[in-house]
Amino acid sequence: MDFIFEGFFEAYKLLVSGNAETYSAILATVKVSSGSIACSLLLGIPLGFCLGYFDFSGKKTLRTIVDTLMALPTVFIGLLVYAFITRRGPLGNFGLLFTLPGIGIGQTILALPIVIGLSATAVESMDQKLRITIMSMGANRRQLFLTSLWECRHGILAGAIAAYGRVMTEVGISMMVGGNIKWHTRTITTAIALETNKGQFGMGVALGLVLLAIAFCVNLSVSFLRRRY
Amino acid sequence: MRRLSIALICLVLVVCLLPVSSPAQEKVLIMATTTSTDNTGLLDYLAPKFKEATGIELKWTATGTGKALKLGENCDVDILMVHAPPAEKKFVSHGFGVDRREIMYNDFVIIGPAEDQAKIKGKSIKDALQTITSKQAVFVSRGDNSGTHKKELSLWKAADVPAPDKENWYVQTGQGMLATINIAAERNGYTMTDRGTYIKYEDNLKGNPPLKILVQGDAVLLNQYSVIAINTTHCPKANYDMAKQFIEWIGGAEAQQLIKDFKLLGKPLFTPNAKM
Repeated sequence: MDFIFEGFFEAYKLLVSGNAETYSAILATVKVSSGSIACSLLLGIPLGFCLGYFDFSGKKTLRTIVDTLMALPTVFIGLLVYAFITRRGPLGNFGLLFTLPGIGIGQTILALPIVIGLSATAVESMDQKLRITIMSMGANRRQLFLTSLWECRHGILAGAIAAYGRVMTEVGISMMVGGNIKWHTRTITTAIALETNKGQFGMGVALGLVLLAIAFCVNLSVSFLRRRY
Repeated sequence: MRRLSIALICLVLVVCLLPVSSPAQEKVLIMATTTSTDNTGLLDYLAPKFKEATGIELKWTATGTGKALKLGENCDVDILMVHAPPAEKKFVSHGFGVDRREIMYNDFVIIGPAEDQAKIKGKSIKDALQTITSKQAVFVSRGDNSGTHKKELSLWKAADVPAPDKENWYVQTGQGMLATINIAAERNGYTMTDRGTYIKYEDNLKGNPPLKILVQGDAVLLNQYSVIAINTTHCPKANYDMAKQFIEWIGGAEAQQLIKDFKLLGKPLFTPNAKM
């Protein structure tokens, strides 16, 4: 039990003393999770919007598939990505194993179904009268699109935050694809796993608190933007 | 306000685009190794010295020996530092690795609660395992195909007891050595560990751990560590030159002395034994 309090103290010490190892893990986490969330938003929002906006045959099936993929276990994604990017795999020539971009690929796969699914839900739950109102104001198709997208921004944002949380906190992909290499691919979560394995529970708690602090900063800036727009 | 949010987005983009890996011309050797060399801090201690001597940066990923060998077979690393001689010899004979060199050893010990409910203290490893089986005392196993796990299985075999698997008293953690020791402590059971990791555990608990060494000193408990370069005929892209440099360095007088001087609580963790 003591190590939880020790963890608080340790977290404070790590951050204030500018512990190089911790900051390297923080930077790796922030870099790779921002990169993968950016990719999955770029791909996922248009796809999710289309999935929610248009009616087509097989839409329900597609929805079910996307919803199922939200439950993809991270170690399984890690294993899949590993199979492709190992030097003997089809993408082996790019040398992506044990690198941050390698982890990024896995995390993008992790976040994509969440972004698509929640964007689609946001678009579907949009007031149907909105479309008629916009059209009656003489909007063309493009304006209709953009206005609809703008109107469901909060729902999409909620999806983005959920996806970011999942990406930032996953261990399976980072461990399997990144290899937890010190100074390079050690993220906060793999560092927690390592410290816990080493029996340094206080350090594990400290790093967990650091991760929470980053999540807090992200959510703070998001809610700031939300109040503005 | 819009400007501020644009600045924020730019900041995020800049962070994303920051050079992700170090410049390509830097010399990097990638190693797969076991949890014991990493958890004890040995590699943290050796890597800077190796860089000083050769200018090569050592990067390592620590897993069990089983996975380390698999990573080698799949050409994902350039060199291995592992401790399962029979599996290593097979690895080399399959043409996956070359230049296997034995570099150091420590020994395996059986540890357990101080009160030693099954009374195995001081027994031979064979007797100890037989006693644990007959008394059904809790025994915690790595269960992860690591070097330690392979060793443990061979010891059950040598003790003429069927290797336990589903028995209630036999706990397979599937985790690293220190995690497994911690689980053994929680369950008040016995486990087998390499001495290096045990000393690290002792050090973590300020020299007063609940689990003590009960069985040690048997010749079969020797734990030999070796390095193996990946064979370039099997993996054309493996970095053989640097691997070779590492093998020569770690087997050399300077690095062997460094290994000898690596101590925790005043106790050496590994004994160098490379043939020069």
